[in-house]
Parts: sequence; C-alpha cells; structure tokens
Amino acid sequence: MSLLEVRGVTMKFGELAANRDVSFDVEAGTIAGLIGPNGAGKTTLFNCVAGYYRPSAGSIRFDGREIAGLPPHAVARLGLARTFQIVRPLKEMSCLENVMVGAFLRTASPKEAREVAERCLASCFLADFAGRIAGGLTIGNKKRLEIARALATGPKLLLLDEAMAGLTSTEVREMVEVVRSLRSGGLTVLMVEHIMEAIIPIADRIVVLHHGEKIAAGVPAAVVRDPAVVAAYLGGKYAKKLGEAGAGGRP
Amino acid sequence: MTKRARSDLAWLAFAAALAFLPAIGLVGPGFGSHVLVQILLTAAMAQAWNLVGGYAGQVSYGHSVFFGIGAYGAALAVCELESTPWPGALAGAALAAVVAVLIGLPTFKLKGHYFAIATFALVEVANRLFMMWDAVGGALGLDYPILKDSLANFTWSKSKVGYYYGALAIALLVFGLVRRLERARFGFYLRAVREGQDTAESLGVDSSRVKLAAMALSAALSALCGSFFAQYNYRVDPGMVMSLDMSMRFVLVAILGGIGSFAGPLLGAAVLVPLQEYSRAYLAKLGPGVDLVIFGLVIVLMMEFQPKGILGILESARAALRRGRGER
Repeated sequence: MSLLEVRGVTMKFGELAANRDVSFDVEAGTIAGLIGPNGAGKTTLFNCVAGYYRPSAGSIRFDGREIAGLPPHAVARLGLARTFQIVRPLKEMSCLENVMVGAFLRTASPKEAREVAERCLASCFLADFAGRIAGGLTIGNKKRLEIARALATGPKLLLLDEAMAGLTSTEVREMVEVVRSLRSGGLTVLMVEHIMEAIIPIADRIVVLHHGEKIAAGVPAAVVRDPAVVAAYLGGKYAKKLGEAGAGGRP
Repeated sequence: MTKRARSDLAWLAFAAALAFLPAIGLVGPGFGSHVLVQILLTAAMAQAWNLVGGYAGQVSYGHSVFFGIGAYGAALAVCELESTPWPGALAGAALAAVVAVLIGLPTFKLKGHYFAIATFALVEVANRLFMMWDAVGGALGLDYPILKDSLANFTWSKSKVGYYYGALAIALLVFGLVRRLERARFGFYLRAVREGQDTAESLGVDSSRVKLAAMALSAALSALCGSFFAQYNYRVDPGMVMSLDMSMRFVLVAILGGIGSFAGPLLGAAVLVPLQEYSRAYLAKLGPGVDLVIFGLVIVLMMEFQPKGILGILESARAALRRGRGER
C-alpha cells in the first residue's frame, strides 16, 4: 500500500475540468514531483489532496483512509501538511509563533510547542529569525517559514506547492538542501513545481500533468525524454523538430 | 525573570492597588466613584468583546444582545421570580453563549463580512422582540423593588464600594481569563484564525470551532457584565441594553484602546468613559447628545492618525523617547 493513492480524480469548476481522471501513487519515504506547464491543473489537484477542494469524482486515500472531501484541518490532523504557493505567513505574529501554531496540533503545552517550533525553525535555517514578525521576512525566508510551520504539525506527508518559485538561485539551493534533509529524516514529500531544474535532481518519481490530465509518470530521467512531455513544455512543432534532428529531448 | 513574568507582576500590582482604593477613602457615594465603576465595567465589556473581535478578528456588532440577555436574566430573577440575581446572571450567561453559537454556526462558515452583518441584524431583532414581549416588561422594562443591602441581593444603596468591588471582580475575571488564554493553545489559534484562516486550517486548526468557542465565551462574559449593569442601574429596558449604541460601546472602546491587545480595552475605557461621563454631566446644557458628538470626534481622529489606538500612541511615544536617549 502506498502512503498516498490518488485514483481517477476529476475536479470540475462548472463545465471546466481542471483535472480529469488523474491517478498516481506516492510511496512512503520518497520525494515525488508533480510537474506540468502553467495551467496544467497542478495546484487544483494539490488542493484536492489537501482538503481545500472536494473532487467532483475519484478517490484519494492517505495512509489507508479515504480523505477526499475532508476539511483541511482534518486532513492536517491525519498527518498531511501543506505549504502555499503564494506564501501566507500569519503576518502580525513572530516566526516562532507562526511555527508554534503548527506545533500545537500535537501538543497542548506551550512549552513543548515552543521546543518543537525552535527545532523546525532551525531545520529550515530560520533560527536567527525566531523573534521577527513574519510579515517582514524576505520571500526566501517566508517560503522556508511555510515549510517550518508545516513540519511542526508532525506530518507523514509534506505537500510543497511551488516552494522554489520566485526564489533567487542561492535561495533555490538552500531550499533544495532543506527538502533533501527532510527526506533523509524519513519524511515523504510531494512537490508541485513548474521549474524543471529545481525538481529533476531531487525527485524519485515524477508525475506530469497537461491540460488537467496525466500524460507521463516515472523516474525523472525517463520522464524528461518522454516525447509527450517535451511537446507539452515546448510545443508539438518544436518537439517534432527536435526528434527529426535526433537531438533528443535533453532538458 | 522573563519580560512576560515582569509584566504579569506589574498587572497584579495594579489590580492590588485598585482593590485598595476604597480602603483609603477614594471610593464613596460620589460621581467620581460612579465613573470608576463605569470604567471597570466598560473595560471588562471591551475585553470580552476583544476576545472575538480583536484576538480572533471577527467583528461583532451584536454584543449588546448578550449584554441584554445577562441584564434581563438578573432583572427577571429579582423582579419576577423574587430570588437573588445570581441564578438569573448564570442562566443569562449560559443562554448568551447558546445564542452566540446559533448566530455563529451559519455565519462563521462564510468568509467576509457575513458574520458582522448577521450580528447587526441580531440587535434589531432582539430589540424589537423585547419591546413587544410583555412577560419581560415590554418597552417599559423592569423596575427593581427596594431590597435590603447585601451581597446576596447585589444591592448597596449608601455607597458605591460594593459595586466597585463587583465591577473590579468582573474585570479581574475577564482580564485574567484573557491573560491565560493569550499564551495557551487557544490564544494562538485565535490569532492564527485572524491572521489567515486558510493557513490556520492547513495547520490543523478547526477555524469554525475556534471562532464558535471564542464567541460563546465572549458572549457569556458580556452577559455577566450585563447582569452587573442591571443591578447597578436597578432597572432594565430594551433601549438601555439591547441597542446599537450599547453594541458600539463594546466595539469602540476596544478599537480606541488598541484592538487585539491585552491593555487596549482598559486604556480605551479609562479615556472614553470619563470623557463621556463628564461631557454628559457638564455639557448637557448645550443640548442632548453632545457627549456622543465628542465620542465620535475622538474615534474619527484616532482612526485617521493612529489606527492602533491609544496603545499605538503609547508605543510610538516610547520609541521616540528611546531614540531621544540615543538607544537603538
């Protein structure tokens, strides 16, 4: 049994299907990537998994339990934590307090919550910012604050929604380091990204969405050579030219 | 000692000083004592409101209804059931909590201003209802009979000392409770819901439940303030308790003092209540409602220049002082 099993998920907004019959698995202890061009339906699928949308059809099983349609707080309680693509710090609270809110999911004691929060801040390179008001952080720090806060809830599966988007190359390197350290700590991660360079080096498996449908899945090296993926990212014409020139679809 | 513990001690010392005021003869039958009682009661009301309006960020214009339920609870117990006001006050607090949950259940699920609008409507509905309800005295309200001075009757006719301690006890209850909740999980959850409901949910916070709990607690505390108010005035009618005017008292005092802060409600009450009471006493000859004009003017100026309230003014003054002394 996989930690997360997505089966035949369709999400419609009126007549528009943002996701159509998407299925994939995330194995425990791995980093899975969910990629696709802009508008592919990645964030919608992500919101279905995290409980922000109730899918129109299909099933989402987490740790053996059906979670499709559960409210976000219940999903979080089961051990599935998310970050937001557009960072959402609790602006008027300090970084430590932000992370403590997450930690309070597993303990009612402020002292314990504080200890957990301090550890999570440190693992995201934010120890020096504990007392700072979250609204005043740089975007790179805010992105890592999102992760620290989600970590504090003690998740089994961490959902990262474009954690790399908008970061400088230094910040991307820091973020990659954070995500790698999470996996070595035994955490399972599902990352939504549209920057290929950010995800190829760290993901164990990748699922590619295009126009709301899954068009490819597998290990990163194979997925990036898949003609359907190349066509989705670069356009059919260019992919065909590449194929004719025999240059392959090197990313 | 941590900063927090030092501040706790300062507050305790302040409360002890307040408790000693009657012993040194500063509280008696006079108008000054009346103003003191009003300050304490209003601070308690604003702090009760602050729990849901400030910390949880859900602005309620309906608190006069909870206040009124408490007032009528005490008054009905005394005037109709001929008992002491205590069981009525407790029943009022419980009923207010139930009404708060009934209002919150449908409206907290919606985002935006639906909750505020619903609470606005609640005041109008409750006011009309009590106006027409003969069993609770209708528009005339309920007048207390003459009773013996005692704590059981919560009645003191010769001096304000009894009421002063009553108001102090309510203020201590409300402020003490909020102080405790501030650093507990519930306090963190309240602020998290205010700062971002989606974020809070993603961290396992059941935002509707947190808001409902805050609302119920806030309503029950407001009702206790209302019971005190009925005892203090020795009468109650719909206009004096269940009105938008009374609701605005909860809201404005908290906003003026500093919304979502612990000291804000007390600061707001300490400034606004004397301003209102003395302008009402001395400027009444200029025509009715002069006190309200001043009230409104202060609020407008405050919103324009320091939206964080009196607390904000104090903070910037302290920062300026520090700069002047050459520290950071």
